[in-house]
Formats: sequence, structure tokens, C-alpha cells
Amino acid sequence: MSKFVPQPDLPAPITNVGVIGWLRNNLFPSPLDTAMTLAALYFLYLYVPPLFDWAIFSADWFGDSRDACTSGGACWVFVSVRFKQFMVGLYPDAEVWRVSTAAVLFVALMIPMFIKGFKHKAWLGAFILFGFPFIAFILFSGGSFGLELVETNMWGGLFLTLVLSFVGIVAALPLGILLALGRRSSMPIVKSVCVVFIEFWRGVPLITVLFMSSVMLPLFLPEGMNFDKLLRAMIGIVLFQSAYMAEVVRSGLQAIPKGQYEAAKALGLSYWQSMGLIILPQALKLVIPGIVNTFIALFKDTTLVLIIGLFDLLSMIQSASQDAKWLGFEIEGYVFAALIFWVFCFGMSRYSMSLERKLETSHARN
Amino acid sequence: MASEQPSVPAKAKLWNRPGFRALVFQVLLVAVLLYFGLTILGNTLHNLEQRGISTGFGFLNNEAGFGIVMSLIEFNESHTFGRTFLVGLLNTVLVSFLGIILATILGFLIGVARLSRNWIVSRLAAVYIETFRNIPLLLQILFWYFAVLAQLPRPKQSIGIGETVFLNNRGLYMGAPVPEAGFSMTIAAFFIGIIATFFIARWAHKRQDATGKQFHTVWAGIGLIIGLPAVVFLFSGTPLAWDLPVLKGFNFKGGMVIIPELAALLLALSIYTASFIAEIVRSGILSVSHGQTEAAHALGLRNAPTLRLIIIPQAMRVIIPQLTSQYLNLTKNSSLATAVGYPDLVAVFAGTTLNQTGQAVEVIAMTMAVYLTLSLLISFYMNWYNKRKQLVER
Repeated sequence: MSKFVPQPDLPAPITNVGVIGWLRNNLFPSPLDTAMTLAALYFLYLYVPPLFDWAIFSADWFGDSRDACTSGGACWVFVSVRFKQFMVGLYPDAEVWRVSTAAVLFVALMIPMFIKGFKHKAWLGAFILFGFPFIAFILFSGGSFGLELVETNMWGGLFLTLVLSFVGIVAALPLGILLALGRRSSMPIVKSVCVVFIEFWRGVPLITVLFMSSVMLPLFLPEGMNFDKLLRAMIGIVLFQSAYMAEVVRSGLQAIPKGQYEAAKALGLSYWQSMGLIILPQALKLVIPGIVNTFIALFKDTTLVLIIGLFDLLSMIQSASQDAKWLGFEIEGYVFAALIFWVFCFGMSRYSMSLERKLETSHARN
Repeated sequence: MASEQPSVPAKAKLWNRPGFRALVFQVLLVAVLLYFGLTILGNTLHNLEQRGISTGFGFLNNEAGFGIVMSLIEFNESHTFGRTFLVGLLNTVLVSFLGIILATILGFLIGVARLSRNWIVSRLAAVYIETFRNIPLLLQILFWYFAVLAQLPRPKQSIGIGETVFLNNRGLYMGAPVPEAGFSMTIAAFFIGIIATFFIARWAHKRQDATGKQFHTVWAGIGLIIGLPAVVFLFSGTPLAWDLPVLKGFNFKGGMVIIPELAALLLALSIYTASFIAEIVRSGILSVSHGQTEAAHALGLRNAPTLRLIIIPQAMRVIIPQLTSQYLNLTKNSSLATAVGYPDLVAVFAGTTLNQTGQAVEVIAMTMAVYLTLSLLISFYMNWYNKRKQLVER
């Protein structure tokens, strides 16, 4: 009896694997899909080449006035001429190094946060949140350490956008934590005060908050006392943001199992000890992605200060495009602003997603 | 016997008892808040007196003295400030309502496209979502208004579609329907159609429960709601005239117009919000486990009924709460209208009226109250909905 020798496996049909298989499965699985694919391809053919042509190939890149823009494509000269204003507003030329120094310092501080083996992330994070702002403030506004005073009405551009959103988050975080704890408190008055505060700020649009801080805040203060415009806007943003932050933190507090609270109590820890040592460290770690998402929303919302007359990035671009010398180049300006905002927001949202994935693994389902 | 050990623990000192501490803390909190509130009130009254601004809501009855570019109710310079509030409110409601409809349609389409097995369609949807939700809304509004709509031709060189629709940099002009005598019969037929459809649907449902026989409710409904009024309309002698826009001088007169401010705001709001709605729809549909689809197929349901009866009702449980909060966001975001000059509540009332009267406190309070009421109503609705639709776990 001859031994059974299995035939070698036949290769999979050519129509199911490789490039052809992929095309068949993903682009042309049915007549309807074929039609949609063709329509999509036609759409891309119609719009993508002209877009690239406008933005890159037939664009004008170099020059110092609108006369350099002759080719009919995008006129990036508009952006390059105004680049300094878009970045730092009217900040004096001789002092721009201060902004750059703070930016470099910030990036240098952030790098270890992305290094896997770095052990002191918590301390460094705390320093970035609560130590760095003071250094940055001294650098930006000057008036001490032999630095020349730069009034806040000279601040502008992307620099102002970043300052507003960073301050908004840093100041809103502690306030938000307190509000979240208050909302979960068993004391009825504390709880209701926090609920009213949170629901009030979450219920009104930011623009009315900014209006309020610019017209109503001066009325609230004693006579003769007044803040500058930037500080007023910041107060509005922080109050508004703290309510959203409180809800993010609260979601983290709710995710901590009851056993943790009970265990902390059983160990004889006081309320603040158990919150500070047991609950908050776990809850805050859980809500880091939520905080980043709040930051993204705030970063986009800071553009609203345009309406109360502060010169953030969008506002700089808006006023530059109304300049008589550069009329008709709004699109370039808006595209440039959109690109900057997009890079920041997209980068941060990816970061938040990767954090979410990383944190998920450490909390296996029970 | 350890007699020094008391059998009853000593009563804790008063300031160590949680109840007492809570009481003291809360009394302190109330005192601080009261002090803070009274100081602010005192300062405000003093400041207002110094600036010679009267308080109270009497200004609402004063003549406004400014015109508004677009209003749904009659408005001119001689109307009161109170009426500017109403005009602004109605304009806000209009743009939010239209925006919600457009954003929902667009968002559902993109969300479903994102889940498509067609690679290129799903990629395009992803590009749409990632592009538009990462660009600030205000930037998008300004882009549509200053970069796109401002490039449209002047009224004399309008882009015309037939003799009824004209597009230029002053807006989109369309013929407006003017009902004539007898048109009310068509409207009545429309409502009769809706009511009849409702009862037929109930009857069909009952019959299916009892006998298993199905009834084409959808077709009957379409016939009743669209067909019936159409027949009545034709038989009553088409009692509808059109008020067509006509070029007079520098601009069109007559007809309906969508002003560019409204168009820019509407475009930006619906495109921006649609990118969020698309993600919500996607996550909602993905949240229904694949086992549900398999079970439905095993029961012999085909694709369409599976989607309609099994997937969508369960996905809606996840989608609706998030969708509602997006609607709320859209309504709040419509306040950005003030950047391009669309006369919504914030632009007209918290902008022009505030500047004219100087009654900052009253005006801002009224504006905020509108948004607050709205968001409280919506959160009550959400709580009610969540309670009703919650999974009943046994």
C-alpha cells in the first residue's frame, strides 16, 4: 500500500489575495460600491490636483510685497511678510527672544514626558503646570530682573493664543478639582453651590462670558480698580473652563471603585488625606485624555477673543487681510491659520488617543 | 480587669464631630458667598450711579432707533428695545433650527460613509472629520464669509438659475410663495394626512401583533401626507402665486433672500457640527456588538430589517444623548454670528442694544438667561430620555 502523500496546497485564487484581492474587497465588492468608488475618484481628480497646484506648484513663495505674486497661485508672500506678527503680535522686535526662550524651555521640559523610562514624570508634570507659568510670566511681561516691561496690549498672534489656552487650563484645573469634589460632597449647601456654579457656566456660550468679563467685570470692582483687557478675558475663560474641567474630573472620581474610598477611611485618613493620597492620584490619571480633549476645545475657543478685541492668531490674520496693501489675500491667511490650528489640535487628539490606549491596558476589566 | 479602659468610648470633642464640622464649614461658605455677592452688588450700584446709568428693565420700552438687516417679524427704527430682543431670539432660533437639520443629515451621511467597507469612501469621510473638527469654528465662519461668499459677483452680474433664483454677494434670492384664497384647504389636507397616518400606523402595528400580517405603512403615509395635499392643491385650482425677485437699481427686490451672513454661519455651523455628529453616529453603530447582527441573521432577518429593527434602535441609545449635547453646542455656537454681523441674539441684543443703552447688567443677564433656560430644558429632556431608554437590568 502506497503511503498517502498530500499534494502541496494550491495558492489562493489570485482574485482573493494581493493587490487584486484588496481592490476587489475594498473598492469594487458590489455594483453600488463600484459606482461610489468611481464617483470618489472623479471627485478627487477634480479637486486635488488644482488644490496642490494652487497651494504648492504655482504658488509664490518669495518676495516682500504683493508685486511678487504674479503666478496666479497662492501668495504665501503675504504670510511670510507678516510672519512675525502672526506669531507674536506687536511684541517689540528686540524682545522677541524672550518668547522664543520660553517656547524652547517649554519644549525642552515636555520632551522627557514622552520618554518611556523617565521616572519623575509626575514631578516634571507638576512643574510644567504650576512652576513654568511663573517663569514664563516673568519672561513675557518683564519689569523685573532687568527685563524691559512689555504691556499686555502688545501681546498677540499665536503666542497670545497659546498663553490664553495654557492659562485657561492651568488655572481651571485646581478650580475644577475643587468643584468636582464639592459636587460629590455630602454637605447639601456645598453640593448645591457647586452644581449651580457648574451648570451656569456650562449653560452659557463662551462669547457671552467674554462679553460679561469685558463689560460687566469693571462694574463689579470697586471704583478706581481695574484689570487690563487680557486679564479680564482670562478670568472669563478660567471660570468658564473650570466648569468643564469639573465635569471631566467628576467622571474620573466616579470611576474609582467604592472600595478605595472605604479603604482610605478604614486606614483612618482624613477627607483631604484620602482625596489627596488615594482618590485624586488615581482619578486624575484616568482623566488625562479628557483633560487633553478639554484643552483642544479651549485651544479652538480662544479664537473668540477676536470678538472682544484681543489680537490672537486669527485676529492678527483677520486684520492683516483687511490691510489696504494686501486686500484679496484672505484665503492664504485663513489657510495658514487653519493649518496651524489643525496641526496643534490633530497632534493633541492623537496624543490623547494614544494615552487612552495606554491607560486602558493598566486597568484590566474585572 | 483593666478598669482604666472605659467600656463606653469618650464622646468626641465637638469640633471633631463630622456633623458639626460640616455645619460650620457650610455656614462659613454661605457667609463668604453672601459677603462676596453684597460687595459686588454694592460696587455695581455705586459704579452705575457714578456713570449715570439707570437700572431696571424700563429701557425695554424705549424706542430702539436702529434697523436690523434681517428679521422674521416686522421691525424698524421706531420699534422698542424689547422687540430687538425678540428679533434676535427668533434669528438665533432660525439659524439653530436650520443648522441642526443640516448638520444631522450631513453628519449621519458622513458617519455611515466612515463605516463603509468601501476603502476610499471611508477614507474620504475620515479626512472630512479630521479636517473640520480640528479647525476653530470661528475661523470657518470667517473663511466662508470673507473668502468664499464675498467673491460672488455683484447683483448686476448675478448668477441666475432660470428667472427665479439669483445668487450674488448680497445673498441668495428666491421666489417666495404667496398663498391665495383657498390655500388653507391644502394645509388642512396636509394635517389630516399626518393624523390619518398616525392612526393607520397604530392600527397596522396592532394588526401585526395580532395576526402577523404586515402593512405598508410607509407608502400609505407618503400617499397621505404628500399625495393628499397635492390632489387637494390641484383640484382647488393651484391657489399659490410666486413673488419673484426683480433687479431694481443696485439690488433685487421682492422674493425671499438668504443673506450671506446667514449662509456663512449656516455652512460653517453645519459642516463643523456634522464632523462631531459623524463620530457619534459611528461610535453608536460600533457600540452594538456584532453578535446582535449575527443573531438577527440567524433568526432569518435580512440586512435591511436587521439594520432597522436591531442595530439602529440599540445604536440610538448611545447616539441620542450625545446628539442632544451637540445640538446644544450648535445653538450656543450660533452666538458666533456676531463676528460676521448676522443679527442673532448676541449680536443684536448683547451687541447693539447694549452699546445703545449701556445697561450691561440687564442685557447680559437676559442673554445668558435665554441660553441657560435652553440648556436646562435640554438637560431635563436628556435625563428623562436616559431614564426611559436605560437598559433594564435584572
